[in-house]
Amino acid sequence: MDKSTFEERKTITGPMHSALRHDSAHKHVSGTADYIDDIPEPAGTLHGALGMTDRAHAEILSMDLSEVEACPGVVCVLTASDMPHSNDISPSHLDDEPVLADGLVQFHGQPAFAVIAETRDIARRAARKAKIVYRDLPHRTDILDALENGAEVVTKPLTLARGDAEAELELAPHRLTGRMRIGGQEHFYLESHIAMAIPGEDDEITVWSSTQHPSEIQHMVSHVLGVPSNAVTVQVRRMGGGFGGKETQGNQFAALAAVAAKKLNRAVKFRPDRDEDMTATGKRHDFLVDYDVGFDDEGRIHAVKANYAARCGYSSDLSGPVTDRALFHADSSYFYPHVKLTSQPLKTHTVSNTAYRGFGGPQGMVGGERIIEEIAYALGKDPLEIRKLNFYGEKGSGRDLTPYHQQVEDNIIHRIVSELEASADYQVRRKAIIAFNKTSRVIRKGIALTPVKFGISFTMTAFNQAGALVHVYQDGSIHLNHGGTEMGQGLYTKVAQVLADSFQVDITNVKITATTTGKVPNTSATAASSGSDLNGMAAYDAARQIKERLVDFAAERWQTERENISFVPNHVKIGDELVPFPAFIKQAYFARVQLSAAGFYKTPKIHWDRNTGRGTPFYYFAYGAAVSEVSIDTLTGEYMIDRVDVLHDVGKSLNPAIDIGQVEGAFVQGMGWLTTEELWWDDKGRLRTHAPSTYKIPLASDRPKIFNVKLAEWAENAEMTIGRSKAVGEPPFMLPISVLEALSMAVASVADYRECPRLDAPATPERVLMAVERLRTEKA
Amino acid sequence: MTQSAGSIRFILNDRDITVTSVSPTATLLDFLRLEHRLTGTKEGCAEGDCGACTVLVGRLANGELVYESVNACIRFTGSLNATHVVTVEHLAAKDGTLHPIQQAMVDYHGSQCGFCTPGFVMSLYGLWLSKDNPGRADIEKTLQGNLCRCTGYEPIVKAAEAVASARPDALFDPIVKMRKEIIAKLAAMRSPDTIRLSDGDASLIVPGTAAALADLLADHPTATVVAGSTDVGLWVTKQMRNLNPVIFINGLEELQSIHETGDGITIGAGVSYSAAFDQISARYPAFGRLLDRLGGEQVRNMGTIGGNVANGSPIGDTPPPLIALGASVTLRSKSGPRTVPLEDYFIEYGRQERKPGEFVESIFVPNLPDDDHFAVYKISKRRDEDISALCGAFRIALDGSNQVTMVRIAFGGMAGTPKRAANVEAALMGKPWSEETIKAAQAAFEADYKPLTDWRATAAYRMLAAKNLLLRFFLETSGEKAELVRFEVTA
Repeated sequence: MDKSTFEERKTITGPMHSALRHDSAHKHVSGTADYIDDIPEPAGTLHGALGMTDRAHAEILSMDLSEVEACPGVVCVLTASDMPHSNDISPSHLDDEPVLADGLVQFHGQPAFAVIAETRDIARRAARKAKIVYRDLPHRTDILDALENGAEVVTKPLTLARGDAEAELELAPHRLTGRMRIGGQEHFYLESHIAMAIPGEDDEITVWSSTQHPSEIQHMVSHVLGVPSNAVTVQVRRMGGGFGGKETQGNQFAALAAVAAKKLNRAVKFRPDRDEDMTATGKRHDFLVDYDVGFDDEGRIHAVKANYAARCGYSSDLSGPVTDRALFHADSSYFYPHVKLTSQPLKTHTVSNTAYRGFGGPQGMVGGERIIEEIAYALGKDPLEIRKLNFYGEKGSGRDLTPYHQQVEDNIIHRIVSELEASADYQVRRKAIIAFNKTSRVIRKGIALTPVKFGISFTMTAFNQAGALVHVYQDGSIHLNHGGTEMGQGLYTKVAQVLADSFQVDITNVKITATTTGKVPNTSATAASSGSDLNGMAAYDAARQIKERLVDFAAERWQTERENISFVPNHVKIGDELVPFPAFIKQAYFARVQLSAAGFYKTPKIHWDRNTGRGTPFYYFAYGAAVSEVSIDTLTGEYMIDRVDVLHDVGKSLNPAIDIGQVEGAFVQGMGWLTTEELWWDDKGRLRTHAPSTYKIPLASDRPKIFNVKLAEWAENAEMTIGRSKAVGEPPFMLPISVLEALSMAVASVADYRECPRLDAPATPERVLMAVERLRTEKA
Repeated sequence: MTQSAGSIRFILNDRDITVTSVSPTATLLDFLRLEHRLTGTKEGCAEGDCGACTVLVGRLANGELVYESVNACIRFTGSLNATHVVTVEHLAAKDGTLHPIQQAMVDYHGSQCGFCTPGFVMSLYGLWLSKDNPGRADIEKTLQGNLCRCTGYEPIVKAAEAVASARPDALFDPIVKMRKEIIAKLAAMRSPDTIRLSDGDASLIVPGTAAALADLLADHPTATVVAGSTDVGLWVTKQMRNLNPVIFINGLEELQSIHETGDGITIGAGVSYSAAFDQISARYPAFGRLLDRLGGEQVRNMGTIGGNVANGSPIGDTPPPLIALGASVTLRSKSGPRTVPLEDYFIEYGRQERKPGEFVESIFVPNLPDDDHFAVYKISKRRDEDISALCGAFRIALDGSNQVTMVRIAFGGMAGTPKRAANVEAALMGKPWSEETIKAAQAAFEADYKPLTDWRATAAYRMLAAKNLLLRFFLETSGEKAELVRFEVTA
């Protein structure tokens, strides 16, 4: 039994690198963690509902809202003309995204008015009573239709080029071309969007918003209302999931709640129903990739040319940076000696697509891995052999330059892959599977090992900054605030660990507080996996400032050198004297030491010139690899994921428990994207998979039956990140590309692996069966 | 003659609730969140598919107190008479000590964003109360109706396994502690009389007997009869229909029994999928395996086989096996019962044999002869808790020379109603049970069905898969493994 007293304890609870539980875990399990809909409503709170259109592309000739207004309990109805200053909430500032459709409908479901009523039920029912007269215009929802019929782009395309791809494609011993369809994805955060606006004095307003980007909500609300940013305070303690879906898509609900709240001087809450949320907010972009690759007999790539066309929806939103990031990851982990990559961010009459975990990167990488698969089947080799042949080399090898001219300096993919190949017994299992497939008529198996290399940093350099506000109170307790938001990823926990570690106090002394634009201004979205890198460093900086002042104070008070002063577990050590942290702080207070600091951080080294397609957009790369084994039923296309082994690099983990959770969760979410999650629009341009009854995310019984997830414990970030850790949110999302490729191998078995099955995503049972049929027919 | 009683009485955690006025379509979820500020129960989808609103509802069944997980979002308040509603707030001790299930979820990092977590806790709690030492297959089945988008489920399943062997204990379990008291209270709350409540113009009726139900339907032929509300719930939450009056039959014990007769079983229309599971699995194992994949646990606890038949959906999962088994349905009205073969009950899309004033009273399923081959195959985008793209049931009998002497094949998802494959059957009848016969018969599907393309599957896939399922059936009768199974032995 541990008999040590508090004073003697050698370590603190919750330092960096410890497997601490999520700070809200006990509240999650007992139902006491408050989400925005759980916060007590101010007296007289009103409720809003969207009035949605039912045309994909149409002119609104007239809108009769008299029956809506006449419903008992309806307080007011808002249309575009009720926006006090502006009807625009375009995150790209291209003025292409109205709060409410103003005369023109550009996707089926686009809101044209909003109802404010005494209850949510009244508002929702009233919203269906509008009489809108339309003049239909031709609509285009499908990406292929958009591509083939010259749809306009929503934002400027990007080209990445190095060497002479055209010439080298001609010269290469082998050349093949192909096309791949990659589906989009609904975020399906369990908590739908929500905003509650509470009016204040003069022009002031406070908005509780389920958002990953409080500063943007602040800017949009101020823009729509026509008030300065200093009048708008945006707050969020936690979201019930985000995944990128709450980076820009909360703007509409927050803006409408704020406009109504100011107009009526009452609190107003907007909480769309799941169907409304899925219909009215953007999703992951689907892509059509056309690739052209030249390679030699061994399988070494000579040149790659690829075009990435994306269904962006009706407005630009974040489609520019999303399609850029697709190109940044079209190389996956491979060196392309000559390369030309182009993006086509196409306009369609669908809801505007947006950020989603990986931000285009996964689609880019799926395309890159398809190219590897094509080469392997063309040459009759194991795709893993082709992968190894084409991996980026070590720094200085001459094979370390990306298509955007950034040198890959921290390459650890060789070690990751070889360790995983051994620990997962890949070679033996692959042989056994090939043998199994020879004798099994209906059930076939497949296995694949795919790598991940993911660039970390916002490609918009300015976003790579963060702030934190730290107060130490007289009793030694610490108040932590930073610009990052908590959506379940454990950011608040990790940043609190940084602070506990910095001050060497138990983490129970650190109070984590809701994110608010009033405490830390001008924040970036909690996105691009950057949360702990940026906010952890900002909190570290705030602690550093306070500690500097405390050391100065102690040196003077105890008349000693600064080197003799250190922060030890729950104490400050001055010479040989140990002063309990709270007592020390009390003395510092009486000595008038400032015990509060605003920390700041900006990522070093990075720069990016989009016009030339050159730069160092990423501070570093995160790596990983997965081996997946699957079984398919060749009569129905049904499948199961039998086993998955993962080795993933998070640098020196800030919190291994949280990081393992991120890897496992990302894997299953990415697996859903590539397998059962299918967005389906009908011929009217209406999304018909708009609820969990029709849109199928993975269940517990879909996760890999055997699921071995390990962090590369030897890994350490080569750059000076917080605790030498690495970002973890997005990179593991791409590990389940191995599932898609394993399914593909199982399909390929019906034609003796002589042909690449070209299995598109999502590989629903239908796509698997149809690929089996295609291969069987071609073989016959 | 029935008397009227004017209140719905139930227990909410540790409080007695009396409701004297409520809309027939008011949901339990709104009751919890808006009227009682029990905000631990979340709305994720409002259609019974995500499980964020999972609560337990305890009821007396044959004198036993059973607790079942349900989706509060599509459970109507009016259906709660004589029940014990248990929400996540009830689990932890008053001093804040977490229940073992909750503690395991914390210890195994089973929550990330936390929004789905109360629902998972309640689903696992329901399993924990009802089953000793559940295994991985039980846990996964229990969680079919709970979506988590953050964790990938691995830590949740590990948490469930960690507490599997711990048994409910009065020291820390709020339900076990109160069991006797709850039983007495619920017994006292039951009403043999018809309960009528109204809210403005809208009214709800809870009959105390099947005879009262028949009388009520004679008086209110347009009333909406609600058993499990797993379908009607969505008419309200998604389509915002006004239903008036609504007759809740979920409390009618007369409709909740399964009678074994010499030649088969009669399943009362109010028997839930969960309640029917053991007997159906024992008698028709392939049908039992289908029930394992129908809805999530909450839906199986609420929904009834009678309702699945009564609503006439072309994609209901139980009609194909029931038709293949030769089931019949008994309809009852004030003027008495009548029985029709189930395959004749479905007339066309949206139209059934049930006349105004009639209700489905029971379904009779004949015994399956030992030598018959019987299989049910459900094809869906996601294996569990998904609506069928197609669902086929196959049954044949062979004579000593391997000739087909009897064949019944029925499909859902291939036509406007659940429908027999008459041409395929004809192509098999009297033929040798061989792969050549199968190949020849496959073409006959084209004459039987003209499936549609929708978001679940294209017409081409439905047709191809239907044909291939016949081959699967043949291969399996020949002893070849032709279907993927996640766990070899199901619960």
